[in-house]
Amino acid sequence: MQWETVIGLEIHAQLATNSKIFSGASIAFGADPNTQACNVDLGMPGVLPVLNEEVVRMAVKFGTAIGAELGKRSVFARKNYFYPDLPKGYQISQYELPIVGLGHVDIVLDDGVVKRIGVTRAHLEEDAGKSLHEDFHGMTGIDLNRAGTPLLEIVSEPDMRSAKEAVAYAKMIHQIIRYIDICDGNMQEGSFRVDANVSMRPKGQEEFGTRAELKNINSFRFLEKAINFEIERQIDVLESGGEVVQETRLYDADKDETRSMRSKEEANDYRYFPDPDLLPVEFDDDFITAVTADMPELPEARRQRFMDQYGLSIQDAVTLVSSRMQADYFEAVVAVSGDAKLSANWVMGELTAALNKEGQEISDTPVSAEMLGGLIQRILDNTISGKIAKQVFDAMWNGEGSVDEIIEAKGLKQITDSGAIEQIVDEVIAANPQQVENYRSAEEQKRGKMIGFFVGQVMKASKGKANPQQVNELLKQKL
Amino acid sequence: MHNKSISELAAGLRAGEFSSVELVQHYLERISSLDPQLNSYISVCNETALEQAAHADQQIAAGDANPLTGLPIAQKDIFCTKGVKTSCGSHMLDKFISPYDATVVARMKQAGAITLGKANMDEFAMGSSNETSWYGPVKNPWDLEKVPGGSSGGSAAAVAARLCVAATGTDTGGSIRQPAAFCGITGMKPTYGRVSRYGMIAFASSLDQGGPMTRSAEDAAILLQAMAGVDPHDSTSVDEPVPNYSATLNDDLSGLKIGLPKEYFDSGLDDQVAKSIEEAIEEYKKLGAEVVDVSLPNTGLAVPTYYVVAPAECSSNLARFDGVRYGHRCEDPQDLEDLYKRSRSEGFGAEVKRRIMIGTYALSAGYYDAYYLKAQQIRHLISDDFKQAFEQVDVIMGPTTPTTAFGIGEKADDPVTMYLSDIYTIAVNLAGLPGMSIPVRPVDGRPVGLQIIGNYFAEARLLNVAHRLQQTTDWHQSAPGGFE
Repeated sequence: MQWETVIGLEIHAQLATNSKIFSGASIAFGADPNTQACNVDLGMPGVLPVLNEEVVRMAVKFGTAIGAELGKRSVFARKNYFYPDLPKGYQISQYELPIVGLGHVDIVLDDGVVKRIGVTRAHLEEDAGKSLHEDFHGMTGIDLNRAGTPLLEIVSEPDMRSAKEAVAYAKMIHQIIRYIDICDGNMQEGSFRVDANVSMRPKGQEEFGTRAELKNINSFRFLEKAINFEIERQIDVLESGGEVVQETRLYDADKDETRSMRSKEEANDYRYFPDPDLLPVEFDDDFITAVTADMPELPEARRQRFMDQYGLSIQDAVTLVSSRMQADYFEAVVAVSGDAKLSANWVMGELTAALNKEGQEISDTPVSAEMLGGLIQRILDNTISGKIAKQVFDAMWNGEGSVDEIIEAKGLKQITDSGAIEQIVDEVIAANPQQVENYRSAEEQKRGKMIGFFVGQVMKASKGKANPQQVNELLKQKL
Repeated sequence: MHNKSISELAAGLRAGEFSSVELVQHYLERISSLDPQLNSYISVCNETALEQAAHADQQIAAGDANPLTGLPIAQKDIFCTKGVKTSCGSHMLDKFISPYDATVVARMKQAGAITLGKANMDEFAMGSSNETSWYGPVKNPWDLEKVPGGSSGGSAAAVAARLCVAATGTDTGGSIRQPAAFCGITGMKPTYGRVSRYGMIAFASSLDQGGPMTRSAEDAAILLQAMAGVDPHDSTSVDEPVPNYSATLNDDLSGLKIGLPKEYFDSGLDDQVAKSIEEAIEEYKKLGAEVVDVSLPNTGLAVPTYYVVAPAECSSNLARFDGVRYGHRCEDPQDLEDLYKRSRSEGFGAEVKRRIMIGTYALSAGYYDAYYLKAQQIRHLISDDFKQAFEQVDVIMGPTTPTTAFGIGEKADDPVTMYLSDIYTIAVNLAGLPGMSIPVRPVDGRPVGLQIIGNYFAEARLLNVAHRLQQTTDWHQSAPGGFE
């Protein structure tokens, strides 16, 4: 049977506020246990939550970014369940009336096709604390520093049909929250957590299959692996006549597998009801206008503009806009160099390779956009060849100076004096009589390939500085 | 000394007739000799009260005194008080020393008041007789065989017995007004949102409201002045200006329109109590008021509605008492479930457990719409009843309770009968309106309360109406025998 995969994602983005969603305590990562938990976070008797307005602004930005209907009146609700790291015995979340309603994002598939993924809703909620099992013999330690950290839970429609699509969607959401600067996006520290609902159905069937929810995924790579493992597991179960159980499964990156954590039978009845301690969150169009006034151009729009304005392919545009800083960098390079395609190649090629090698972010680059733009200018004005440019780039990366300083200091300026090139060409022809003979006796269509040998010899003799175009022309004449 | 009003005491302190230390000492002696009969205090702050009094004396000497400076007040033990045991009447919090002050406590301290002690109460404010307290029942100073009412029974008994100058209370379904009525004192539940709930241990968040419990409306005005006002720690507190409550106490009542809801004078009302209420209404007529019959047709739905909403909220509010961070923890828990089960089973009393279970049921999947949602809809109907009535009248009057104080143990085994003793007070909480109870002519030596209900934020008007009656009658001045 042919199976179709159905995937929906729930993403928890930790909002980059200074303080918690309902108290003034700090949310900075990595503090000593329970040093960032005030009376409100500890759930002391009598304490009350007070909404941090910053989270409303952030949610409105996100809703605007995904073209969503905004809940101008949203309501906080209590999700009741007992857990030691849940101090109040309930989590304050949003249930029936979320702050962000139905929206969408567009993802670009490998073949350049654009697919629209629906975002069902996004709602505000508080995080729980952490239970610590190591270092406590027969006991559990509770760290409430994380309790009350603001989260935006972003729930997608079940619109994805492969692990790759799910990754593309997750990356798109990641790009958006980074572009609008509401979350640091750090998956290792848990600032951006992705849970995947995966189910299978026979191709052509309308009705969804039973889904499993995958948790504990802390990178895009693991997201893809976890989903692919789960797809195979479910197909195995179904094809051997079994039934997929609705359950939560944990992804184990070390073993590259998913394992059952809890089944639906143990699921809680959360007894949601509107939190009487908090008023409904209400805002109007003026508020939305004010909040979104300083929104940057978003990845989708920027991608389209890069294609229209710079004539880039959709794939190149997707790559360049994947981070706001990289897209900014690219545009600064183009502003100096004047050549978008060449600039794109350098940013996606040499620069990205160098950054990856050093494990650095684009913000750390020692080669500024102005420097790279200057380098490309020197290629375009024939001062250096593309090959020499790579040497110059490495020298700039190592802090040896500006483009022109390096070209000057290393004597890398391209030889365009035809007399000087002619001399080298003559020497090469004289030194290789057999190849010259072969070339001359060869058929016209084979010569194109054979000339490469001579070009290489000339370039070698000129230490790469001869203008390749001139070398080619002179060789053709003389041979 | 203990029969003086707040303003008389403040004047005495300023004139140097007595010091705050002497005043506090006097009350501490009264508590030590008289409270064993009543059990109105859970904690008495002997040392800190005297320290605060010494400090108050310095302030008074420096001419830096507020209306409450140096006056000993009892705080209901539901208000978190820094460094002091805050038990909420429960075994669960018997060892809980609050790390912070409730906004009400902080404001009272700011106003110079001295925390004399923490008043007994029904466990987590769930009760109408003060019999559910883990610290034992409070006795009614007018008749030691009778209940003082609840849940603010300790506050009411202490005020009536002159074991404090005044007290704070909280009212979720009548918990200030009903004990005020049973103990013959003046109690006010302000508009929901008038007094901060921060640090007031939550029972039913959408209904709870703190307020003053005093011997007169004049004293209540001074206490409310210190308690009221918006609080950045409480999102449900309302940013509405706080008027000078004392300034309008003597305003003329001629032309005042009093509404008498026929539903409050039905067959459930004791005849004798009805007579006392009617006598008070006659007094108001003499003061120039006009009486209008009104109807609150959904009155009968108030008690059942309340007993869905309040338990639902309480089932969630009390989830934090889990034995993990503070409060009672069972001995030697075997695992997490055992820790939860035994800590909560041992920590909570029967009435609290009953309400947690009712509330959990009402919020459960499949029942939510039929119970909680329906109850919230009825709440709107009840509010609309009042809204329509207030289009015709300025205040609504009626009995606070259907009977005078009942006997200790009389209704303890019959929760529904107990719940019905709040039949006239509960609707006010559901609507979020301000309501008062003031003493009128007693029946067989037992106090009777007249309830005065006002429109939203009409506290000044209620105090004015109450005060004018207290200027022409002396029902509020009589003290229970043995406590004069």
